[in-house]
Amino acid sequence: MVDLSVNCAGIKSSNPFWLASAPPSNSAYQNCKAFEKGWGGTVWKTIGEPVMNVFNRYGGLDYNGQKIFGLNNIELISDRPIETNFREIAETKKLWPDRAVVVSLMVESKRETWHEIVKRTIDTGCDGIELNYGCPHGMSERGMGAAVGQVPEYCKMITEWVTEISTIPVLVKLTPNVSNIQLPARAAKAAGADGITLINTINSIIGVNLDPFELKPNVGGKGGHGGYAGPAVKPIALHLLSQVAIDPEVNLPISGIGGVSNWRDALEFILLGASNVQVCTAVMHHGFRIVEDMIDGMTNWMNEKGITSLDQIRGKSLPRIDNFGNFDLLNKTIARIDQQKCIHCNLCYVACEDTAHQCIDLTEENGHSKTEVREKDCVGCALCSLVCPVDNCISMVRIDDGSTSKTWNQLNEEFRKSGKPMTWEELAKFQHKHGIEIH
Amino acid sequence: MKNIAPKLQADQYERNFSDLHPPFTQNAATTEAFRCLYCYDSPCMKACPTHIDISTFIKKISTGNLLGSAKTIYQSNWVPLTCAKACPVDVLCEGACVYNTKGEDPIQIGRLQRFVIENYFEKGMPTLFEQLPKNGKSVGIVGSGPAGLACGAELALLGYAVNIYEANKIPGGLNTWGIAPYKMRREDSLKEVELVKSFGVDIKTEVMIGKTVKVDDLLKQHDAVFLGVGLGESPQLSIKGEELSGVVGALDFIEKVKTENWTNVNVGKRVAVIGAGNTSIDAATEAKRLGAEQVYIIYRRSDVEMSAYEFEYQLAKKDGIVFHFLTSPKQIIGKDSVEGIECVKMKLAEPDIRGRRKPIPIPGSEFTIHVDMVIKAIGQETKSNFLSSIPNVTLDEEGCVIVDQTSYQTTNAKIFAGGDCINGGKEVVNAAYDGKKAAQGIHAFLSDQSKGEK
Repeated sequence: MVDLSVNCAGIKSSNPFWLASAPPSNSAYQNCKAFEKGWGGTVWKTIGEPVMNVFNRYGGLDYNGQKIFGLNNIELISDRPIETNFREIAETKKLWPDRAVVVSLMVESKRETWHEIVKRTIDTGCDGIELNYGCPHGMSERGMGAAVGQVPEYCKMITEWVTEISTIPVLVKLTPNVSNIQLPARAAKAAGADGITLINTINSIIGVNLDPFELKPNVGGKGGHGGYAGPAVKPIALHLLSQVAIDPEVNLPISGIGGVSNWRDALEFILLGASNVQVCTAVMHHGFRIVEDMIDGMTNWMNEKGITSLDQIRGKSLPRIDNFGNFDLLNKTIARIDQQKCIHCNLCYVACEDTAHQCIDLTEENGHSKTEVREKDCVGCALCSLVCPVDNCISMVRIDDGSTSKTWNQLNEEFRKSGKPMTWEELAKFQHKHGIEIH
Repeated sequence: MKNIAPKLQADQYERNFSDLHPPFTQNAATTEAFRCLYCYDSPCMKACPTHIDISTFIKKISTGNLLGSAKTIYQSNWVPLTCAKACPVDVLCEGACVYNTKGEDPIQIGRLQRFVIENYFEKGMPTLFEQLPKNGKSVGIVGSGPAGLACGAELALLGYAVNIYEANKIPGGLNTWGIAPYKMRREDSLKEVELVKSFGVDIKTEVMIGKTVKVDDLLKQHDAVFLGVGLGESPQLSIKGEELSGVVGALDFIEKVKTENWTNVNVGKRVAVIGAGNTSIDAATEAKRLGAEQVYIIYRRSDVEMSAYEFEYQLAKKDGIVFHFLTSPKQIIGKDSVEGIECVKMKLAEPDIRGRRKPIPIPGSEFTIHVDMVIKAIGQETKSNFLSSIPNVTLDEEGCVIVDQTSYQTTNAKIFAGGDCINGGKEVVNAAYDGKKAAQGIHAFLSDQSKGEK
């Protein structure tokens, strides 16, 4: 029997799918509706200082006719009175004792102010606190959000003000708008945080309207940077997640966010070490109902694989993360085209010919074109298999027998020991010895 | 005609002849354009007789470059609106789309092309091509159908003075009056004529070469001549009763449907169409849509041998047309008007050397179908009388003009030809290609001549 329940830093939920702190988790009405649809938890939209929003606040990035491949926003934290939020959080938690209700907080950088809001938040009966150090717009200019997350010292100081009085788990939500995500994560750890949430949105200008040259979103003729989210940011989120997950100095549970749209995305986050995932853009695109397939799809996948708990797979892909210098230079793959499946679009040909290694021949056969890989010239870059529109038509086949392997680091070490400098000529000898010709 | 089918309400005619493939909205066109894989050296381009760079024009739709898209199309084809609406895309570009091999619906290339070209006309035909300065030479074109228009457009841009001579009252040839209204309206063809005229091409209508203007005068007047005269009348059935009132030729009937008010076009209550080509299907479906109660198609071979395309066959069946395969008309019965048609059942002989199975009558299998109208659609004859009157132009045994495959030059060096009069009857798109290629042939011929003079 599959059990989807998770425990992230002591915050338990019946499934790993939480609403991220964002417009969908703005009110009791919305959070309760989400719970009815099956969401395992919510991170209540950030409460804190008084704010007022502008009207137009979202910009969408469409791609090849698909809407909202990315979404950016300049919406601020909750613009509803804080008392209303406290009341609704308490009511919601009372109605849904088995779901995780986490409250996102952001106030000015004063110890007393933080103490005050943390106490009031705990009084609602919620399950945890998330510190919003990531919001890149509007709040950061006022010394909050990303302005905190980008300076590890501030991150540590404010987190300490919270952890020193909190009786419930504290998650620190990090901004991706830094050059090394490990530094603020370590600061959170040092300050006693129970877990990390990442990533918040990425600084972005979503686009420029070609007609009146206005920015998107356009607010009365003006625009500016906003927070970028949605499917397009998933690869960035996965990378930053892995960086924090493999850092032995952090070693905290992680709630993963960034372009999670379905159960497959969620599994990728979990395989890279996330305890659970948080979702926003996909919900903003299609509504709360998407969680049904998230739960159903993940359950079916786990059943098929004979996995009963997400604990069994959490972080399972992390040991594979390594540096380029440790990759095997002699693990030879080449592309093979299945002529039975080929539909003769010739996209592999033009991609290889114009932009890769010119190793696909285009000929005529039986009245249609034929594409064939010249295997001795193929470097195995896999571009052709990526552009091919037919599933499993171009496969990357391993052709070495696995008996020899050599990493760049090993090769360098050998040169160092032999006292020979690594020159182009010496490298060519090594390649030639292993049947590799670069031309 | 004895029993004329009751007339319909005006809105009913409109519904009956409404677009078979309605236009794309901007959004639907973009979505469909995004679906295109943008194949390299694409099969659709190869399958198009004019070799339009289809994946490029579709890519341009997806980026919102509709003017550039139109230019890509016009670089290969001068009557793209007609082609978009009347081409048998299932057996040409869309039939070659790689999505078919992938087991998915092909890209709707015809509808996308229509979208681009209709947008181009809506924008008021902005200039796409630079026109070369006048070179002092003139070319006369006989016939303003797709071949003539394509040839004229191409030559006008190259700097030639072009005169097109059209026998009909309205220009455009079969594009204007030979395509079923649910595929294309007359106005669409005339828009394409207008575009060609905008390049300075002069079109004289109601001019019959050989009658109004003598062939010799035509040849004297111009440095070169292009023949795009198409085909002529339907041949005789050569059976008894063919002279009765209610017996008409398919092309005359189709032309009437295109040129007259639909209420003025009489059809019988019951109609028999003889022949099972694409023109037969047009005539049959048009008769049905004009209010005929029952329409039969009578064909002496079977569905395997008929020349109508599969989608045309399906369209006819959907319209409730009844097919009598392996049936040959023996005589048309009636006093003054058609009352019926006596037919005989046929069987197919073993294939001959050319693989054709000859239909043979089955003795004693005669039967009569009661009809009020007979439409003859057994092909078109070549205009061999006219063509053979032109000096030094040679015809093949079918009566088609013999031309050089590359230059489209006839055996009279000064005369070129293209379209149905050289191929015996193909698609609009073939004629469009011929016309363009012939223009290039004429240009090469006259350029060489100028060099010789210098």
